[in-house]
Amino acid sequence: MAGIEVSALHKRYPDGTVAVEHVDLSIGDGELFVMLGPSGCGKTTTLRAIAGLERQTTGDIRIGDTLVNDLPPAERDIAMVFQFYALYPHLKTRDNLAFPLRAEGLPKPEVHERVNEAARLMRLGPLLDRRPRQLSGGEQQRVALARALVRRPRAFLMDEPLTNLDAELRADMRTEIKHLQGELGATMVYVTHDQVEAMSLGHRIAILNKGRVEQIGTPLEVYDRPASLFCAAFIGSPPMNLIEVEVADGQLRSQGGLVLTPPPGLARDRRLVAGVRPEALEVTDPGAERSVPARVVSAEWLGDEIIYVVDHGGRRDVRVRMPPTVRFAADAKVGLRHTGGTPAVYDVRTEELVA
Amino acid sequence: MAVSVDEAVSTGPARDHTPPARRLGSRGRSVLEVALLTVLAVVMLFPVLWMIETSIKENRDVYAIPAKFFDFKVTLDHYKDVFVDPGGGRSALSVSFLNSVVVAGVSTVLATVLGVPAAWAYSRFAVKAKKDQLFFILSTRFMPPVVVVIPIFLMYRQVGLIDNKLGLILIYAAFNVPFTIWMMKGFVDEVPAEYEDAAMLDGYTRLQAFRRFTLPLLVPGIAATAVFALIFSWNEFVFATFLTSSDDVRTAPPAIAGLIGGTTTDWGLVAAASVVFALPVLVFAYLVRKHLIAGVTLGAVRR
Ligand SMILES: Nc1ncnc2c1ncn2[C@@H]1O[C@H](COP(=O)(O)OP(=O)(O)OP(=O)(O)O)[C@@H](O)[C@H]1O
Ligand SMILES: [Mg+2]
Repeated sequence: MAGIEVSALHKRYPDGTVAVEHVDLSIGDGELFVMLGPSGCGKTTTLRAIAGLERQTTGDIRIGDTLVNDLPPAERDIAMVFQFYALYPHLKTRDNLAFPLRAEGLPKPEVHERVNEAARLMRLGPLLDRRPRQLSGGEQQRVALARALVRRPRAFLMDEPLTNLDAELRADMRTEIKHLQGELGATMVYVTHDQVEAMSLGHRIAILNKGRVEQIGTPLEVYDRPASLFCAAFIGSPPMNLIEVEVADGQLRSQGGLVLTPPPGLARDRRLVAGVRPEALEVTDPGAERSVPARVVSAEWLGDEIIYVVDHGGRRDVRVRMPPTVRFAADAKVGLRHTGGTPAVYDVRTEELVA
Repeated sequence: MAVSVDEAVSTGPARDHTPPARRLGSRGRSVLEVALLTVLAVVMLFPVLWMIETSIKENRDVYAIPAKFFDFKVTLDHYKDVFVDPGGGRSALSVSFLNSVVVAGVSTVLATVLGVPAAWAYSRFAVKAKKDQLFFILSTRFMPPVVVVIPIFLMYRQVGLIDNKLGLILIYAAFNVPFTIWMMKGFVDEVPAEYEDAAMLDGYTRLQAFRRFTLPLLVPGIAATAVFALIFSWNEFVFATFLTSSDDVRTAPPAIAGLIGGTTTDWGLVAAASVVFALPVLVFAYLVRKHLIAGVTLGAVRR
């Protein structure tokens, strides 16, 4: 296994599309690193550049200590799992697994042994003699993973490998991949646009937007202190409430009168936005202590929780996460109270975290 | 759903002599359809039937007036004449058939060998002005052979390719390469590029990836395309007429045409030669008919 170093990556396709503007990544040996971002932000392009399937316009890529800019994919010793699994349709599972090994020219008994080992790891025993056509989506996915495993590459690249599976299977496979990665101590770069997948899998997450890295951090860091308004709006479901505030009397005050604890060292004259997670707010009876007046616009019952959308200070989209036991009718007059700690505060102009 | 209306109708007494009608009240229409199709079939097939009949009639019956449809003596003499010279040995016609096989076969192989990798490249790589290039390639097919045959003739004369099988092979291949590229590009586009990506990560070079993974998936498309190319080369008449003259080099179409004219025409021989000439194409088309349909509907439809 080896770490991966991407510096100042820039990729412009021949048709002029700039897919990756500027990306720096430093992925540790044995790390499960997730790249998260909306469609078209350059995740696949970055991954393909690491794999060598796409030549970057400028920038360097290192795998381990080797500068691999000019190495063809075959010599980078990397395995990739595609969203479309790319199992060879005319080959049985067994031969699909053996193929990368035969390419290396390994002796037969060793090929056999490694195929069996990968098949055992991914529980493919009964599927070894079937062709991809005869496998379900989840089984194909497991075969694709096993094919990545057999070669024992220096790193794994995964491009939205679970997108084509249904929700339940996806959750299972997620657990499986995480477990496998830990067991093998494998370096893994995992691309997804599903934040739940990113949060549950990643040791660290890189959030990409328009070909740039917006933030790199552990799932907790990314959730607690999104580095930009983009990240704040992207992470969490529902995402943070972004409430315009001003600094007054050592407090942060919204237009509707909601008062928040300010982080230290805020300049007065800036236009600021506070990021408040739905669970850092509370819907109360009207007039409750420290609450400000609000009105329920709608409520989404999700079973284990209720998301209230309330009208506060002229904004009709403030979201509050409440336990299912607390019930207010739509249109009810209620109170809104901040219960969390110091919120993340962003500059409206730069869209970046101020404090 | 229960029994639909047309099923209910078609289980009636009319069932025995009309095919199940598709819709209520469409029985009249389907009779008309069948009648029209029959007329069309007769018009289309009659010349073919007549050709086959003529090829097995004795010369006396061929010229009989009124024409004999059924009561004639069957003979295979004409077929013998196609292959065997009356003075013994191979006939000139049989040599021309052999020439046709060589010219059509080699030119098709050439067009396929050149066209398939080109189609792959156009499908997979970022090529400058790709659309313009592809249009240019296609545009070489816009010109009917008669228009270019004079310049080709003059050029061929310069380089000594007149009355030379190689000359025909080259010109047919040149005509088939654009077609092969266009049709095969459609097929290559259908094969996900990820197969090659995966193979390259598995340790193969790009060319190996193409040969070992994409190529096998392209075989049906290649077969369909090659048959089209083969049929073109096999049937080609204009170039063959202008660019060849001797019996050793002539292909079948001008050779058969050459039988007509002069003082008398042996129609039985012409018909027999034509049947022999048509057979290989029919057999090929039949063998790859599934792929032909796939080729027409899939490969030829541009996005
Ligand atoms: N071969 C190509 N030629 C030209 N532009 C391309 C090519 N591949 C991708 N792009 C463009 O580059 C940008 C980034 O694409 P990329 O596939 O990296 O996005 P992504 O983050 O993987 O998105 P998704 O989540 O939809 O897979 C997009 O605007 C895309 O249209
Ligand atoms: Mg992608």
